[in-house]
Amino acid sequence: MSKVDFNKETGPREVFCGLTSIVWLHRRMPDAFFLVVGSRTCAHLIQSAAGVMIFAEPRFGTAILEEKDLAGLADAHEELDRVVNDLIARRPEIKTLFLVGSCPSEVIKLDLATVAEKLNKRFFGQVRFVNYSGSGIETTFTQGEDGALKALIPLMESSNEEKLLLVGTLANNVEDRFKKIFRNLGISNIESFPPRQSTELPKIGKNTKVLLTQPYLSDTVRDLKHRGCEIISAPFPLGIEGSTKWFLAAARAFNISELKVHEIISPLINRSKLALESHKEILKGKKLFLLPESQLEISLARFLHNECEMDLIEVGTPYLNKDLMKEEINLLPDNTKIVEGQHVEKQLDRVRKSNPDLVVCGMGLANPLEAEGISTKWSIEMVFSPIHGIDQAADLAGLFSKPLRRNQILTSKTLVTH
Amino acid sequence: MELTLWTYEGPPHVGAMRIASSMKDIHYVLHAPQGDTYADLLFTMIERRGQRPPVTYTTFQARDLGGDTAELVKKNIKEAVDRFRPKTLLVGESCTAELIQDQPGALAKGMGFDMPIVNLELPAYSKKENWGASETFYQLTRTLLKEKVSFSEKINPLRWKKLGRRPKINILGPSLLGFRCRDDVIEIQRILSEQGIDTNVVAPLGASPEDIERLIDAEVNICLYQEIAEASCEWLKRNFGMEYTKTIPIGIKNTIEFINEVHNKLDLPLTNKQELEHKSKLPWYSKSVDSNYLTGKRVFIFGDGTHAIAAAKIAKEELGFEVVGLGTYTREMARQVRATAKDLNLEALITNNYLEVEDAMKKAAPELVLGTQMERHSAKRLGIPCSVISTPMHVQDVPARYSPQMGWEGANVIFDDWVHPLMMGLEEHLIDMFKHDFEFVDGHQSHLGHTATNTKDFLKSDEKKEKNSKEGIIWTESGRAELTKVPFFVRGKVKTNTEKYAILRGILEISDETLYDAKAYFSKLNY
Ligand code: SF4
Repeated sequence: MSKVDFNKETGPREVFCGLTSIVWLHRRMPDAFFLVVGSRTCAHLIQSAAGVMIFAEPRFGTAILEEKDLAGLADAHEELDRVVNDLIARRPEIKTLFLVGSCPSEVIKLDLATVAEKLNKRFFGQVRFVNYSGSGIETTFTQGEDGALKALIPLMESSNEEKLLLVGTLANNVEDRFKKIFRNLGISNIESFPPRQSTELPKIGKNTKVLLTQPYLSDTVRDLKHRGCEIISAPFPLGIEGSTKWFLAAARAFNISELKVHEIISPLINRSKLALESHKEILKGKKLFLLPESQLEISLARFLHNECEMDLIEVGTPYLNKDLMKEEINLLPDNTKIVEGQHVEKQLDRVRKSNPDLVVCGMGLANPLEAEGISTKWSIEMVFSPIHGIDQAADLAGLFSKPLRRNQILTSKTLVTH
Repeated sequence: MELTLWTYEGPPHVGAMRIASSMKDIHYVLHAPQGDTYADLLFTMIERRGQRPPVTYTTFQARDLGGDTAELVKKNIKEAVDRFRPKTLLVGESCTAELIQDQPGALAKGMGFDMPIVNLELPAYSKKENWGASETFYQLTRTLLKEKVSFSEKINPLRWKKLGRRPKINILGPSLLGFRCRDDVIEIQRILSEQGIDTNVVAPLGASPEDIERLIDAEVNICLYQEIAEASCEWLKRNFGMEYTKTIPIGIKNTIEFINEVHNKLDLPLTNKQELEHKSKLPWYSKSVDSNYLTGKRVFIFGDGTHAIAAAKIAKEELGFEVVGLGTYTREMARQVRATAKDLNLEALITNNYLEVEDAMKKAAPELVLGTQMERHSAKRLGIPCSVISTPMHVQDVPARYSPQMGWEGANVIFDDWVHPLMMGLEEHLIDMFKHDFEFVDGHQSHLGHTATNTKDFLKSDEKKEKNSKEGIIWTESGRAELTKVPFFVRGKVKTNTEKYAILRGILEISDETLYDAKAYFSKLNY
């Protein structure tokens, strides 16, 4: 492991809770419904994070706890039953219903597992129920996806067929690209988790080789291991370097020669390097500060330093699983300052003092920092955009060069007044 | 338990944040888990605020719950006070903290600070955002002024005369994340100052705790948004005898009535009565011959109580529209909205469920929708033009230009914003006359290109139903052909009416003639 500088910080935070991942999960699996059992705050959080979407009826909702539900627990279970019945009557197309726990439901100890079990019996053959918690007292932002995937694992049948399993939500076009490349490498049996339909869960077993596409899936990985899956250790497929090492690691697991991998991906790499040039031009030597939010921060820092030559001031992450991140950490420059957790005020003091050229942060902080003259990039964009793979490296860099380029445009005077 | 797919209002602590963020020198310590920090983005994104809301979230986690969350609260309060040095501290909790009962307000009061501390108890499981804002503003006003109650004589609204100065008023209610508050305040101040009335304090928007303490220097309070300020105005009236205004100055008639009300309360003669009608272009624009085509346009209204009621009045009395639906999500103002609806021969829709609103909209078959950002989406799906008149709103509803809703300029803005989405007068006739012109395909008949695909989808699904109507009524070739000639935005209505007529008369096949019979029958009923 390279000699990075690990730190931990506690205090007031500015991070989304795990419910937020419903925003992309419900799009990934259009036959599923995410029912949060929570408060008006939870409902408001999801709709605010999702922004304005033109939907007829969204595939997520909140069963909002009311005063009378808090009075006695028996009541709350019955009420939830009623809400689920209504929902299924109204939306017969739902195949999987996620009961999602929140802070209030956790604090009053609403037992969603038992509720799900009962509902599974009643709606057997029609709808499947799973539960997980996206609460802010246990999870941040992307950890919600970890919880949702983990909840699906018990539903996955066993099979000893050899396969490559890509784990973590990807944009559809990126997923298709990856599958094509793997097929060219000679791996024919490739599946994704989560699948595009909640009912098409991959079968897993001891010949399943898991390749993670996202770094925030600690619990899912643990449970997949328990089911006998082999976890391929690799950095994450962000940027050319990460993606190359990721392909190589997969090839190794399938006894495919390194030469073959290079043969297939070299043209992509060359093309991508060319596309990356103009962004690197802008990013080179610029100072970067990443605030914790998506858990993608370490991989992004690695890409932006190694391939775009940015200087890293501080890399925040809401949660750090050193084991899962070891390949990434090894690629970071020595003395990189990693801070797990947050004290938002102290961290913002450090931001101001270090005079960064670009700060990656949440939506609540972006405009206030911009108003102080500090350029920002929303971290939520990283989970909403296709950024994985060699082909996307330039687009990924573009997300960071754009605010800097815009700044240049707005502060320069290029047209002469005649 | 209530299934909610989308909510018009956030939880009550977001209302408290709106008050805290609107003001200066205030800090709000909120006992809440990390995810609740999403609320910051409402201010920094929708309002494009360049400052963070003055809020510290205690960010307790599951592992803290077994231990001492009260200590965590105190630590955060201390840090916040040391760092931000607020002149008044608000302390409260969000939904989750309410369940663990640390009583952060009481804790804060025991910490020996000398600044005023407002303990906010906002029941998250029964109340909503606007209530939370109102309660917070009220508690803040009470805390900062209660010591003056016993020393102060009742305020005589005529005392300005004896004091030998211009009368002073306070403008209460404008806040961040309110609809066009920033500009309404400027407009109202301008109007009153023209009448020789000075503004003492505007609150909460831009006010400091000292300003709140100065509220009683004014003679009269202007309650600009009932949702936020009525509770405070009532308290000031009860304890200091301060009168407050009830008229909301949106639209010409209400603005004039508002000016009259203020003058009456202050016993200030109104010298420029005749001029008032001409301060805004709305009356003339509405009277000008081009606006003839606005007569009887069917409009559906849904929003917060204040804006929905005002919109109904303007629509009917100032623009000559026909109001075909009226509703609000503001339960606190349900009684008033119901009364207005009754005057319009309508039943008010009081709901927090946007799907019910969309259904009502569909049934009413309006030509224009006035609503919140959600009604904009619903209307778009139905291919109906829409103008946003109320929160909740999107970033695009916070315009860069000066665009109040209140007063003279507000009326100008309203005329433009409501009329522009509609088809223009003569244009409409030409389209009606020459529907076969290939340029006039549904949804592409005017300068309003935006309704195209949605209209078609709406019709397609309607046509499917039309073939097997459950009463066994059949549309003949000629009937169907005639129906397609009806302007698309009233086609749904015409179709239902014709079928209703057919059932009434026992007609089994609807031909083009049936359509005209039905038309004659219903127009007789309406006039
Ligand atoms: S932090 Fe907890 S209470 Fe807040 S939105 Fe997330 S789950 Fe709901």
